[in-house]
Amino acid sequence: MGNKITEELQYMMNFKKAFAALLMLGALLSAPLASAQLTIEIFGSGANSIPLAAPNFAGEALMQGSVSEVVRKDLALTGLLRIVEPGNLLGVEGVQPDHAAWKGRGADALLLGSINPGQGGLVDVRFRLYDTVRATELFVLKVSVRPDQQRALGHHIANKVYEKLIGQPGIFSTRIAYVEKQGSRYQLLISDFDGENAVPALISQEPIMSPAWSPDGKRLAYVSFDKKKPIIYVRALDSVRTTVLANYKGSNSAPSWSPDGRRLAMTLTKDGLSQVYVANMDGSGLRRLTSSNGIDTEPQWSPDGNHIYFTSDRGGSPQIYRVPADGGAVQRVTFAGAYNVSPRVSPDGKTLVYISRNDGRFQITMQDLASQQTQALTDSAKDESPSFAPDGRTILYATEAGGRGVLSVVSTDGRTRYRLNNRAGDVREPAWGPFEK
Amino acid sequence: MKKSLVVAATLAALLAACTTAPVEPAKTEARTADQSAKSDIKPVAAPKTVVADPFKDADALNKIELLKKRSIYFEYDKYDIALDYVTVIEAHSKYLKANPAAKVLIQGNADERGSREYNLALGQKRAEAIYTNLKLLGVQEKQLEAVSLGEEKPKATGHDEASWAENRRGDLVYGAK
Repeated sequence: MGNKITEELQYMMNFKKAFAALLMLGALLSAPLASAQLTIEIFGSGANSIPLAAPNFAGEALMQGSVSEVVRKDLALTGLLRIVEPGNLLGVEGVQPDHAAWKGRGADALLLGSINPGQGGLVDVRFRLYDTVRATELFVLKVSVRPDQQRALGHHIANKVYEKLIGQPGIFSTRIAYVEKQGSRYQLLISDFDGENAVPALISQEPIMSPAWSPDGKRLAYVSFDKKKPIIYVRALDSVRTTVLANYKGSNSAPSWSPDGRRLAMTLTKDGLSQVYVANMDGSGLRRLTSSNGIDTEPQWSPDGNHIYFTSDRGGSPQIYRVPADGGAVQRVTFAGAYNVSPRVSPDGKTLVYISRNDGRFQITMQDLASQQTQALTDSAKDESPSFAPDGRTILYATEAGGRGVLSVVSTDGRTRYRLNNRAGDVREPAWGPFEK
Repeated sequence: MKKSLVVAATLAALLAACTTAPVEPAKTEARTADQSAKSDIKPVAAPKTVVADPFKDADALNKIELLKKRSIYFEYDKYDIALDYVTVIEAHSKYLKANPAAKVLIQGNADERGSREYNLALGQKRAEAIYTNLKLLGVQEKQLEAVSLGEEKPKATGHDEASWAENRRGDLVYGAK
């Protein structure tokens, strides 16, 4: 166990080292971040959420920031747990807690932790989760980390707690990519799942669009206008190596990885019209997948790799269609309304989300692929670029607030919504990365 | 698609109808002036092309009103060329044919509403519509490139109908490459 987190954190350290130069550049150029506030809106009673107490860990001052605060924030964002304040109750990690007292305070679960100086400049962190209803200890884990790794550690602990209490893997250590425009400068940023801890992977004076994670999380495909027209690039995140995936005559855009990571679908206009093509990861073996007289774009692979969903105006208005990934008959998928674009398939392959225009407002819509039943998930006006969390429980998307682009997350049951509010610039084009392998 | 072919056909017809006639008087006048200056030396063997097509003028792009118009505007979510722009496209086709070395980059744009990728495709369609019309009017393909900027490079930065209308546009950019 201890080895595992050390490995993970080691990986993150390397990741950061790779971007050290860019980081410094980013730090120099970045305007001060607006206050890091995450406001969560929960609709309905919240009666189904599990009340958890997670008081500050003993010895938190040994790290550069509060670990327990990261854990509390992470878990609260799910809407499946709610944080109970400890009041005057004291919990000491390593000492049997007074279960009845915590239960009386309203907490069905209790997380206690302690941080002590370790070897080689590291700190030793131990944390225990209790079920106060059954008065039992659910687990105890110990890890050693650098004192500046409070966020990575907090996410790790949140994953463990979530997994134990909810029975599903947590997404707290996953990363997201998004584009920030500030003045005339564009940055492709990679951050923690909550938008914090952002590191630029690319800085440009020209627009950047459509970042797409490879299924192993090691590469990002994206579209850049740095040559005055859209070209698709692939960047290896561990080496800052960038290759051109597609630079044909006209526009090259909308990259989407196949689930096995070997191929990419994309939109090219090399033959005159925006049509969907598929190529190998290195750009070789290009072949045209769709043939229409209109616009075909925004290809998205289904998780089983069998189909490619895309947007087309072949029927007179933009709607979502799908085609077998190796070519074949095209099937229309959306029927309601005159504007349905940006399809994304849920990780279990059962649900499609896309952007619909309803009375001039662009909103996230969810469609059950079996029953074709649709449901609007948001009531905003300028939603764009939906992206499923790897657990399929929430959707990250771009929207507008106060006249600038922001990122928001909505749960697929529509009950929980929060905004990632920590950037000073205009933020757009989010893409949620995969679970770490 | 169909509509843009119709427009192209109209353009071609207009072009055929008006290329020859109006140029003549200018030619005659110029020739007279020329003759009077040189008449003592020898009778003129009428150099046919002394004053040519005004579209061949090196500064035609800045002199001819229609050539100063470099933007074609489009309706929301549409890529058909409105009849208002027929004469503009016709003028540019004349210029490009008169100057085979000239190149034009056609940049399609879209307003900010909706999907960025779809808007990129929409901008491409608008650029292609202009491209196709110029080609049908006899401009060589090698003089033309159609690209899209989507909604990424808005000329008007407001969030209202006036700004959106300004951004639903195809631009003819000379000397970009």
